[in-house]
Amino acid sequence: MNSSRTVLDVLVKNHPGVMSHVCGLFSRRAFNVEAILCLPLSGGEQSRIWLLVNEDERLEQMIRQMRKLQDVLDVRMKPDAEPTFASLGQVMGG
Amino acid sequence: MFSLTGAQLTIGLLERQAVRTIAGIPGGANLPLYDALSRSTLIRHVLTRHEQGAGFLAQGMARITGRPAVCFATSGPGATNILTAIADAKLDSVPVVCITGQVPRAMIGTDAFQEVDTYGMSIPITKHNFLVRHARDLLHIIPEAFSIAVSGRPGPVLIDIPRDVQLERVDFEHWPEIGEREPSPVHFDADLGVALEMLASARRPILWVGGGVVASGAGAEVLALAERASMPVTSTLMGLTVLPYDHPLNMGMLGMHAQRHTNMALEACDLILAAGVRFDDRATGKVQEFCPQAKVIHIDIDHSELDKLRSASVAILGDVGEVIRALLPRVAQAERQEWLGYIAALKLAFPSCIPEQGGHATPLELIRRVGELAGDGAIVVTDVGKHQMWTAQSYPFTPGTGWLTSGGLGTMGFGLPTAIGAALAEPDRKVLCFSGDGSLLMNIQEMATAAEQGVDVTVILMNNACLGLVHQQQELFFKGNYFSSIYDVNVDFGLIARGFGWKVWDMAGAADPDAVLIEAMGHRGPALVHVPVDRNEKVWPMVPPGAANRTMLGGESHE
Repeated sequence: MNSSRTVLDVLVKNHPGVMSHVCGLFSRRAFNVEAILCLPLSGGEQSRIWLLVNEDERLEQMIRQMRKLQDVLDVRMKPDAEPTFASLGQVMGG
Repeated sequence: MFSLTGAQLTIGLLERQAVRTIAGIPGGANLPLYDALSRSTLIRHVLTRHEQGAGFLAQGMARITGRPAVCFATSGPGATNILTAIADAKLDSVPVVCITGQVPRAMIGTDAFQEVDTYGMSIPITKHNFLVRHARDLLHIIPEAFSIAVSGRPGPVLIDIPRDVQLERVDFEHWPEIGEREPSPVHFDADLGVALEMLASARRPILWVGGGVVASGAGAEVLALAERASMPVTSTLMGLTVLPYDHPLNMGMLGMHAQRHTNMALEACDLILAAGVRFDDRATGKVQEFCPQAKVIHIDIDHSELDKLRSASVAILGDVGEVIRALLPRVAQAERQEWLGYIAALKLAFPSCIPEQGGHATPLELIRRVGELAGDGAIVVTDVGKHQMWTAQSYPFTPGTGWLTSGGLGTMGFGLPTAIGAALAEPDRKVLCFSGDGSLLMNIQEMATAAEQGVDVTVILMNNACLGLVHQQQELFFKGNYFSSIYDVNVDFGLIARGFGWKVWDMAGAADPDAVLIEAMGHRGPALVHVPVDRNEKVWPMVPPGAANRTMLGGESHE
């Protein structure tokens, strides 16, 4: 059941609406996002979004679709960020 | 120092982008924009009768010129009405810039009169969209919108401007740079090397061309490549004008309504060179069983199209014209007599349903005849349905033909307003719009726009008094349970068209149908040619939806 997960590290322009653009790509394809973290970067012009997602064969296509978005500056795989979500889970009482 | 309102600034920026025609409809939330537009000496406004008409009118201009075209709509229903045309532009990669009015900033989110979340609704159907929060942001948003619309894979951009932003004053020192096309991604030379080796060692290659070749203007290079490597060519619906219809290497359209020999040749090929195509299901049939023996070389400007539905042996990211220009001098001459002989044998064993010459007995003959009379260089527009597939099969396309059809979204109602837009952009070319009775009724109000603008559009209406392709599918796949596909009231299209100020010709019972056709096509200005069509005339052959392309119904022999 516990399929392997990874984290996508997405650098975006920070403005209202960018989250809709990114999340819309996932919801439209019924690709489940397990968890989302988003913080503005210093200066506030950009934000960093971490998406905890299942590794499945569609992931590469999702990354390419995200890179097409005008407000997405960079997308990387960041599997070593997964423990952050686990520790946040404890904070949130999950 | 300039001091302008947001509305004046918007119009000024559009003028600088060389926009000369805007289609749209005014309403409460975009009246400041219209007031500014009324003072422009450079831009002509075309008032349509429905916002969807304005969106398609812009599409007609954009599709025929390749340059971004602009449409306006007000907030709320204006915006929702225009979204269908924007979604259509997204699926066929057409550069349209749509500017909508929005309720004032302070009222956004309050369910104000004529408020909808235009930004939110347009996210998945645009290449990019903007909600303008300050008038000064227009200085970068408008040029950026034009640049995005035409760069890489083209597409629509929507800009939502609240009414108070249109009225907000901006002071600025300099006009911004004009938004232009960004350079295409540069392909890797190593990929070309692998592709060339695969081409050289292939015994049964096929070149598959699509709308990307047309958008790239790479038709001549593609033809040269096909001839040099003796590769038979098949085309998607969007790529039908790449090769002359009668070129010996041209196998015509593939997929759901391909000729039998075309799909059978694809079944046997060992290499597909896919250029500017996106493996659409209407082309591939059941994609897991498409060209089962073939390796794939895929050239596309959009990275997300590569490996999306079928893994390519070599995926080349780049402008298809640039890639083929780089390949061409390194491609070896080949004869491929065995492979071309095999395809010739397929054509003999499974002859085409398409008539050699035009006539008046069947829709296919009539469309061919219209093409013969129109000659090279006409602009051919269709609606969506049987007439569209018949036109795709039978019209004598050449690289000089303008070909505007709703391929991806398949929007009924596309034809008439798109034809008007094309005629406005290229007033010296004959514009033919093949339509059906179902499709024409979906945007028939634009007949008023056509009459007002005096455009040279000839609508050839193939009237079978039903939703033809639905009727056909109900017959073939639902045991003849014709439900909601037959119209009980037969509209008098001639009377209606005359009411809009159109000239009308009727082929029904004509003693000399060719004379009727010649006279109608000789008329300059909006004209309707009414062609009654038997409901049982089908589009053959047909691959059932979801089936592999080897499963073809009908069209075995046409004698």
